[in-house]
Amino acid sequence: MATKKIINKGDDAVDEMLDGILDAHADTVMRLDSNKRSIVSRNGPRKGKVGLVIGGGSGHEPSFLGFVGKGLADAAAIGNVFASPPPDPIIECTKAVDGGAGVLYMYGNYAGDVMNFDMAAEMVAMDDIEVRTVLSTDDIASAPLNEKHKRRGVAGNFFIFKAAGAACDKMLSLDECERIARKANDRTYTVGVALSPCSLPQTRKWNFEMGDDEMEIGMGIHGEPGMSREPLQTADDITDRIIDKIFGEMAPAKGDRVAVLVNSLGSTPLMELYIMNRRVHQRLRERGVEVHKTWVGTYCSSLEMAGASITLMHLDDELTGMIDHPCDCAMFSVK
Amino acid sequence: MTSLTSERFIAMFRTLAERIEQEKGYLCELDGHIGDADHGIAMAQGFAAVRAALDAADASAITPTEVFNTAAKSFLNAVGASSGPLYATAFMRTGTLLKGKAEAAAEDGPAVIEAMAKGIQERGKAEIGEKTMIDAWLPAAHAVAAAREAGKAPKDMLQAAADAAQAGADGTKDMVASKGRSSRLGERSLGHMDPGAVSAAMIVRIIAASLSD
Repeated sequence: MATKKIINKGDDAVDEMLDGILDAHADTVMRLDSNKRSIVSRNGPRKGKVGLVIGGGSGHEPSFLGFVGKGLADAAAIGNVFASPPPDPIIECTKAVDGGAGVLYMYGNYAGDVMNFDMAAEMVAMDDIEVRTVLSTDDIASAPLNEKHKRRGVAGNFFIFKAAGAACDKMLSLDECERIARKANDRTYTVGVALSPCSLPQTRKWNFEMGDDEMEIGMGIHGEPGMSREPLQTADDITDRIIDKIFGEMAPAKGDRVAVLVNSLGSTPLMELYIMNRRVHQRLRERGVEVHKTWVGTYCSSLEMAGASITLMHLDDELTGMIDHPCDCAMFSVK
Repeated sequence: MTSLTSERFIAMFRTLAERIEQEKGYLCELDGHIGDADHGIAMAQGFAAVRAALDAADASAITPTEVFNTAAKSFLNAVGASSGPLYATAFMRTGTLLKGKAEAAAEDGPAVIEAMAKGIQERGKAEIGEKTMIDAWLPAAHAVAAAREAGKAPKDMLQAAADAAQAGADGTKDMVASKGRSSRLGERSLGHMDPGAVSAAMIVRIIAASLSD
């Protein structure tokens, strides 16, 4: 039986969603005439500023276009559901935000995104726009540390893009923006847990199977299998597993500072996210780690998947400044 | 043996669009085991866009190269994903192969398979055994070369390519993915055919049938 969704035609889902977003957020974002899948900030791009173009498949809202606005990303290229955008919308975004100081491409590390963004970068190079690319690889459950280049980018994108967007907005050079973006990625750690699958609007079939009493730690935001499938545990036990994994790699010292993101993968409600967040804070207190800021909500979803992810960004003074820098996006702002 | 006109290539793309649309659900199901269950959608959307672009073209006025370049551009912009750049590059390389010809000869049919395989390998940088579409495309190209070496007719070269692509796709069942999205599964990808290799074998078979006789 087909999964239940409030849609018209499956093939129209992405474009109809974009129509609705533009109706709601016309004060912050606009769609380019040259490509209907190019969403650009009304106030961000300006002469002498490094442009920040982000993007990826649809189905992760508010990622990625929700983070387009002054102080964060200048543009997002929109793909089909769970599929990289083709080069065209990326190229149009790049041209629209180029202020003569170069353009930074930032997106999660997935084979399709890499090929399409690389093709776009090759094509805009012919127009003398210098592009640098920083891939996010914050999902520490997706590959071991010695194969960090294979890791996926997931909800930690939120922190990584935020830091890079602030650097761009402070009018730093392309070299500096790239350095800060890489540091942000190196210091951001995410692990997710999935409780039930999601379904694509075009297929309306569950994209993987999971038993009624099962969960999977480390599952990716497209349903990529994670580290282990096991019986559902309590919020504290799940959170402990995730935090242990993150601490194992981040190794925070007493007195260190972090930013926290507890993110819903789609259908897990705020109630459960806050229960997890309570445990995250307990664990950080026990370890003597200071929480600089906490965000709880849906920042990087996987359609209607049930589950959550926890991201910690290991802050230093520079990254703290970038996280606190004001931004005004369609679906997120820092005053 | 008739020559390969633009009309023949356009008819080939129409068949591809029809057949991949029919197999869409099956390809998504395969992808559901080891990926995100969207491969059939991406491929069907891509070939539907190619068909629409070619329907809008004047078949009697465009060259085979223009047919493939139109296919490349429309496929790429409809799909994105990873199959977009891979097949777009395959079609562009074929466009280059046929450059300057008002119509292609029967011998060019098997060379289309080789050009496409070369384009896919250049863009994706995958090797044999990594459980990707290249496990169908490279054996197909090698089979063409071997059959040509053996003095076979173009029709038989194409048949050899189709068989080799199918065998290659079947073989991905016993591979552990090391490239692309399913590589994150490691050992858990064993026992499932790679959906990209399965669609590749379908495509090679349809191209072979379309460009034979």
